[in-house]
Amino acid sequence: MLTIEGLNTHYGASHVLQGVDLVVPPGRICALLGRNGVGKSTTLRSVMGLVTPTSGKVMLDGVDIAGWQPHQVARAGVAYVPEGRLIFPDLTVIENIKVAERNPAKAWPIPRLLELFPSLRERARNKGAHLSGGEQQMLAIARALVSDPKMLLLDEPSQGLAPLVVRELARVIQILCDSGVTILLVEQNMKLAEAVANELHIMVKGRMVYGASPEKFRAEEAEIRSRYLTV
Amino acid sequence: MDVLPFLVTQCLNALSQAALLFFLGCGLTLIFGIMRIVNFAHGAFFMLGAYVGWSAVHWTGNFWVALVAAPILVGGFGAAFELGILRRLYGRDGHAFLMVTFGLTLVMGEAIRLLWGVEALQVQMPVSLSDIVFILDEPFPIYRLFLAGSGVVVAIVIWQFLERTRLGLLIRATSQNAEMVHALGTDVRLVRSAVFGIGCGLAGIGGVFAAPMVTASLGMAPNAVIDTFVIVIIGGMGSFLGSMIGALLVAFVQVFGSYFFPDFAMAFMYLIMLTILVVRPGGLLGKEA
Repeated sequence: MLTIEGLNTHYGASHVLQGVDLVVPPGRICALLGRNGVGKSTTLRSVMGLVTPTSGKVMLDGVDIAGWQPHQVARAGVAYVPEGRLIFPDLTVIENIKVAERNPAKAWPIPRLLELFPSLRERARNKGAHLSGGEQQMLAIARALVSDPKMLLLDEPSQGLAPLVVRELARVIQILCDSGVTILLVEQNMKLAEAVANELHIMVKGRMVYGASPEKFRAEEAEIRSRYLTV
Repeated sequence: MDVLPFLVTQCLNALSQAALLFFLGCGLTLIFGIMRIVNFAHGAFFMLGAYVGWSAVHWTGNFWVALVAAPILVGGFGAAFELGILRRLYGRDGHAFLMVTFGLTLVMGEAIRLLWGVEALQVQMPVSLSDIVFILDEPFPIYRLFLAGSGVVVAIVIWQFLERTRLGLLIRATSQNAEMVHALGTDVRLVRSAVFGIGCGLAGIGGVFAAPMVTASLGMAPNAVIDTFVIVIIGGMGSFLGSMIGALLVAFVQVFGSYFFPDFAMAFMYLIMLTILVVRPGGLLGKEA
């Protein structure tokens, strides 16, 4: 589905992504782990076109989308749930979703989204700013799904959420995967990543340093954690 | 002099003045909300509207044609300016926009001087509106009633446009987070061009409305731009409702101030602005600056 090859991205003089390689096979959930500031979010932003990579390829189903404008990437079937949700605070729940509904949704029309996220149904006429953190996260995912994406980029969806809500999030991510959406998940929450991911990848200082199945990862978890993840 | 007829006619007078100011302030605030830039050329677009309106009336003899043609032409010119020039400046600091839009004011002023000459041009108002009615035995120009009514209609149309149409939704979303709208699949550059065009078109329609009362002249731009900035600062940069309240406030202060204290009418306007800047720096309905 998504193949990233030798991706380099700079913020001014700082070289944030230093030749990132990553393959996300169709129908899979890949988790991208790593300490703060190693370039996980920048990887997603580079795929999305929100920052322009300096070199390298981002192949989406065989088409190189590196350097495309964000709206072109979105229209190619990639949906983005940013870190911090970035809900439109003065728009209602329904309006937030409608911003992303460019064509009438086929796979994920609004009634189905409200079924998937019952808490949003009760809040449908509320403004984004008045939602709880968990509700905002669900709204950010609903907003991404309404464009019928084939690929979903999730940036730290569990951030600041209560354990119960994180469990709900894991349930939703699993449902999305089962319905055929390919997912690239950036997470700090190891529990969530291990619970849902088919593959775990770790970044250090702008490079991929590790990739394994959850089983293999669990077998060597202690060592990997102390080497790459704990501060 | 009876108090009631005086009050009623002066209030109507103020409402018609508020309508004019609203056409200007609403466009400026929409543009600021989406683009975070101050369009210094807003007064020049107002002036261009008046001149284009004069030409339309001159050629067709029909004021209503002017009222439709001028906003379309002025708005189209605004959108083209955004596409051709302003678009290259996003990502730079605000000074670049001030310089460029101020420069545009000078260029438009000279271009108008060359095309239409230096003489003030009288725009004929339609015969049906040129009469006077008596309101509680006070004479009142029909044209001003028409202007006040048009202000209400345009305000409702813009409000419904923002609330109910897809472009309106995208405009509101873009003013809250442009990058997110872009990542959700809408080319925000087109939204920006559209909003700049709509804002300039509103200034243009204001120019046509103003022309029969004040003539089309080269002094229109600076006067208009100052009033407009005051309105938008009072109401809150980027707030549609704020521009409406600001326009009403300024118009009432101008009309009643110039009646009771002719020498201080302008000072009152700035006093209100100053007070609001001190008490609520973001404006009445603006987000905190």
